[in-house]
Amino acid sequence: MAPFASVLPRLLCAGVRPSFLHKAAPGPALQSRRTLGRAPAPEVSEPEDRDDLQSKLLELPLQQPDFFNIKELFSMKTLFDARVHLGHKAGCRHRFMEPYIFGCRLDQDIIDLEQTVRHLQLALNFTAHVAYRKGIILFVSRNRQFTHLIENTARDCGEYAHTRYFKGGLLTNAPLLFGPTVRLPDLIIFLHTLNNVFEPHVAVRDAAKMNIPTVGIVDTNCNPCLITYPVPGNDDSPPAVHLFCRLFQITINRAKEKRRQMEALYRLQGPQGAEGSGTGDTSSRADSSCSS
Amino acid sequence: MAAPCVSCCRGLSYRLFLGLRVNFAQTQGYWQTLPVDAQTAPESQRAIAYLFPSGLFEKRARPIMKHPEQIFPKQRAIQWGEDGRPFHFLFYTGKQSYYSLMHDTYGKLLQLEKHNDPFPQKTESMNLIGSRWLIKEELEEMLVEKLSDQDYMQFIRLLEKLLTLQYGPAEEEFIQRFRRSVTIQSQKQLIEPLQYDEQGMAFSTSEGRRKSARAEAVVYERGSGKIRVNGIDYLQYFPITQDREQLMFPFHYLDRLGKHDVICTVSGGGRSAQAGAIRLAMAKALCSFITEDEVEWMRQGMHPAGLLTSDPRVRERKKPGQEGARRKFTWKKR
Repeated sequence: MAPFASVLPRLLCAGVRPSFLHKAAPGPALQSRRTLGRAPAPEVSEPEDRDDLQSKLLELPLQQPDFFNIKELFSMKTLFDARVHLGHKAGCRHRFMEPYIFGCRLDQDIIDLEQTVRHLQLALNFTAHVAYRKGIILFVSRNRQFTHLIENTARDCGEYAHTRYFKGGLLTNAPLLFGPTVRLPDLIIFLHTLNNVFEPHVAVRDAAKMNIPTVGIVDTNCNPCLITYPVPGNDDSPPAVHLFCRLFQITINRAKEKRRQMEALYRLQGPQGAEGSGTGDTSSRADSSCSS
Repeated sequence: MAAPCVSCCRGLSYRLFLGLRVNFAQTQGYWQTLPVDAQTAPESQRAIAYLFPSGLFEKRARPIMKHPEQIFPKQRAIQWGEDGRPFHFLFYTGKQSYYSLMHDTYGKLLQLEKHNDPFPQKTESMNLIGSRWLIKEELEEMLVEKLSDQDYMQFIRLLEKLLTLQYGPAEEEFIQRFRRSVTIQSQKQLIEPLQYDEQGMAFSTSEGRRKSARAEAVVYERGSGKIRVNGIDYLQYFPITQDREQLMFPFHYLDRLGKHDVICTVSGGGRSAQAGAIRLAMAKALCSFITEDEVEWMRQGMHPAGLLTSDPRVRERKKPGQEGARRKFTWKKR
């Protein structure tokens, strides 16, 4: 839960109240904690039952470990077939990537796919939860070979991409660059952590400064330190990058679809009132829908 | 004094029209002028007739104002919705219109590369002759965004790459959006009408100059590529290969090497200047045998000058205090 603790203030600022906190009225106190340039979440005057439904909507996914059924999306075999386990040469190895490396064959590092599977499941689960809560997801990469693919992926998800020259104060000085009430991304996904001169991308550091959680595919020559959910894997081969793009696209679409279904469900529930049987039905229906 | 507004004038003229006496000393604001009375009324009438010749009530003489869109520059509306989510998927790059344009162009490029054969035959597109690419300011105005020179060059390079592939009508329409016609560029040069000699062979005459050499060339329509200069074959008149290449160039450019006969006279200048003068004369004479498009192509050919522009370079004069036009006297330290 350690990475989750760092993203808590951010989620709380978005008006989300995770179940395990049990805070009574966090609203006004948290408003003051908001960082500059963050637009307040839409303050709609909701009646009591709407508020109740809203909190149920947001708490229900957090009660299960794999609400969006991420495990079925990929296996170690698919990662192996997409050449995700291939790293760079041993001379390019970054010191902090050593725990993730399985071994070295003919001077080429091989990434441990068991760890990759675990990290990728966590990362995709987190992305799905952020998308479920209507967060802004930004895909960042500076590899010119995959610029077009990543921008297409982002557009098909309905999210945002930044695969071009990263201007200096984009995240740290956003109110000046964009406007006073701009909303920053709630999650940044790095498909390539390094920029064109093989240095860490500026957005990694800036996201950490602005308390924005990051998911990043780290190769053997990358620095996984500041990334919230690192995913050790190959970021240079086309099949690997295509696989990751596809996985992120499927998760985000699935999460948004699930959100629409839940909202439709609760809207049907609403006119009938908060009946006990109604809530029981929804939980069973939700279980059946997510297991399907 | 500030110009009177229409409404005040109306009131004034109306009162004048009625011949009423008005006392302006009491009114505050606009008018601090002389009081109008029966003695000054005709003078005021004359003044009004002078200033507003069509009278004060003529509808067609009313001031016309420009549309607000022409006065106020286009600005960007707010880029995100109520929930804070931006509308455009490239919003966080900063230059969303420019990068989305690059994205679309690159997408078209990939599509063409995928569908076309890898070694296409070179197809000449003559529709580029009378047009030029957008300049940076025009592109900035189109996208409502500031661009840097490198961004602009990158975009133009992408478009040029798109041109090298075989494209269909959709891509052609896309490219035409970024071309502007250059109408004034084609100076209306008088194309000599063809003249016919005794055997019925068409020929055309024109002059050319270079430095101090003057040449006149007569180009015949049909022939075997023989050139006579001042009655002497060009092989003997220009023993240097470079001069003969200069003569050959206009024909070579139009792929008409062995097809025309030329007889020319030249005087003045030196060896190279005479060659250049004859070349210009021949190119101008050839204009009557070729199509309009080819004329344009000749004019743009071999930049920076082109084949149909006379070379303006002449010998620079020697200046006093210097040994030559640019060379200074030897500088001695002591």
